[in-house]
Amino acid sequence: MKKTILAILMVLPTLAMASGGKHLDEVDYDLHNKESLQSGARLFVNYCLSCHSAAYQRYNRMAEDIGLTNAQVTSNLMFAAEKVGETMTVAMQPEDAKLYFGNPVPDLSVIARARGADWLYTYLRTFHTDESRPYGVNNTTFKDVGMPHVLWELEGMKKLVNADEMQKHPGTAPKFEVISEGQMSAAEYDNAMRDLTAFMVYMGEPAKLVRYELGVYVLLFLVLLFLVAYPMKKEFWKDIH
Amino acid sequence: MEMIMNLLKAFMGWIDARFPATKMWEEHLSKYYAPKNFNFWYFFGSLALLVLVIQVVTGIFLTMHYKPDATLAFASVEYIMRDVNWGWLIRYMHSTGASAFFIVVYLHMFRGLMYGSFKKPRELIWLFGMFIFLALMAEAFMGYLLPWGQMSYWGAQVIVNLFGAVPFIGEELSIWIRGDYVISDATLNRFFAFHVAAVPMVIICLVVAHIIALHEVGSNNPDGIEIKKNKGADGIPLDGIPFHPYYSVKDIVGVVVFMMFFAAIMFFGPEMGGYFLEHANFVPADPLKTPEHIAPVWYFTPFYTMLRAVPDPFLGVVAMGGGVVILMFLPWLDTNPIKSIRYRSMLHKINLMFFVAVFFYLGYLGVLSVTSVLSELGLRFSEVYFVFFYVLWFHSKTRDAKFSYMSFIGWMALFSLNDFARYVEGSGELILYGWFIPAVYLAVMFLAPLYSNLNAEKTVPERVTG
Repeated sequence: MKKTILAILMVLPTLAMASGGKHLDEVDYDLHNKESLQSGARLFVNYCLSCHSAAYQRYNRMAEDIGLTNAQVTSNLMFAAEKVGETMTVAMQPEDAKLYFGNPVPDLSVIARARGADWLYTYLRTFHTDESRPYGVNNTTFKDVGMPHVLWELEGMKKLVNADEMQKHPGTAPKFEVISEGQMSAAEYDNAMRDLTAFMVYMGEPAKLVRYELGVYVLLFLVLLFLVAYPMKKEFWKDIH
Repeated sequence: MEMIMNLLKAFMGWIDARFPATKMWEEHLSKYYAPKNFNFWYFFGSLALLVLVIQVVTGIFLTMHYKPDATLAFASVEYIMRDVNWGWLIRYMHSTGASAFFIVVYLHMFRGLMYGSFKKPRELIWLFGMFIFLALMAEAFMGYLLPWGQMSYWGAQVIVNLFGAVPFIGEELSIWIRGDYVISDATLNRFFAFHVAAVPMVIICLVVAHIIALHEVGSNNPDGIEIKKNKGADGIPLDGIPFHPYYSVKDIVGVVVFMMFFAAIMFFGPEMGGYFLEHANFVPADPLKTPEHIAPVWYFTPFYTMLRAVPDPFLGVVAMGGGVVILMFLPWLDTNPIKSIRYRSMLHKINLMFFVAVFFYLGYLGVLSVTSVLSELGLRFSEVYFVFFYVLWFHSKTRDAKFSYMSFIGWMALFSLNDFARYVEGSGELILYGWFIPAVYLAVMFLAPLYSNLNAEKTVPERVTG
């Protein structure tokens, strides 16, 4: 009886939460993989940084963190800034963005922290044709998003084939059919998007690269401290017990 | 060596002639006699003090780089996270510290509830503590606005709008609090002033009062026995030991273990899955875009559920405020002469455990979006939360059958009356199922003593155990 009640109490809210959820693909990225981060950075500055800014991310900080030299960044990855110490701003004015896309274009510095890696990874891979939209594309992860499919050259174009099913069961994964091939195969594109996601996760919190390692040292220190503090307590308390 | 000692002695003599340094050291540490049987639960007082220090120190460093300006605030926090040396560490210490403060304080309060630490002669300690808790809630609420993310903004909007529900002066009151018609730069600036100067000062003063009051009457203990009743020939309690060095060395162990948990969260999961740092707060505040789901940070959620459980906005605010304020009356509600849970009845133990479960569940409901089932559960468990305090009073002494049944029927009549008032076509089934939640709880709490020995209490020993 008690268990049944408990089960009901625990399950009810979970159900309530699950019903609104969208399908997200899991992304398996590695922040220690410098090549992956560099590939992500290349995609980011070439495809995202023309409209989106990353106004809290400095070019030279990126260089240091993903294993490039300042010179490499200046000559290969820096199109919109003068000096390597600048942040990743864009020339596009917010008013213009509103005119072009219907909405101001969000800054992407901390987007991975707001949306989550899985969301970004899924979003970048769920663009499909939709004639009713101004740029001819829609996205199943972010319905009616103002953004065009900037990466179509790489991915190609595809159309959604299970729209009805998705409407009936909101958790269903979208299914697509390729209309035109891009420069990359499906697997290559998935890998590229994993790299881009990894880069945005890094960019969301550069400290992530160091805090895990530092955390291990801090915990080890605390263990040592415990090994001193506990016997000291024991020693003092001998005369009480 | 001897010369140095003599010099030191002379120096302390010089100080003591002008300031009671040695006297205070003795009164509060080396000759403050604490019961020798403190257990695990007694760590949380000193830990709360530790977290207070962490928050003050990290807070000072954060103010060196933070900009309380609606156009700069969000960016300045990211500046701290990226460009300030060790800024991310300081920020995470502060954000983790905020949640840790509530965890530690809730456990500290629960300790008081278990061992009757609020009972005579410690009513004032409890009251000062409750005022600290209130100030802490204000401090946390105002601090949460400062990162100027979407949750900062809309959370503040929701909470300040609550004041609008106050009859007659509500609208004016909420404008006065915000300094504007919406949450804006003016609000951010005044919340910053309160968060970094006014409220911390109040908290520190209250903490001092809390400790002075404690040291005046002496600490309670897991047995709930007054150690001052058994003094030796030297006037020192037989079951008392000097706080320093015994409890100072013990609390150091507590501090180290606590720091392990703290560091683990801070380094490996400072967001705590969105409970310590909400994901939506990484989107800059946008007054034109209301988020789909506005959830307060976890430590407010039990009270937030009480707010949402009541349809009328003003009564909802009264329920939420009442949920906190009612704790202040604890010393005059639970008047059972037995302090510690160890010697109270089985029924009291069940009652207390159930209260904890209800508090958790209310908190859990508070982070979810409202559905009809959840709001029914929210209301029912809020009813249980409030009636718990009556049950505490009821269990303060043995009650006769007539009074027990009257209590049961009276409360259930009150709840049923509310159910009739809120009945609409189709809600009957849900209301009926929900009705059983307080009904079963109260039936057990009021009627079990008549038909079982669940109410039997144990004899309190003369001296502390262990």
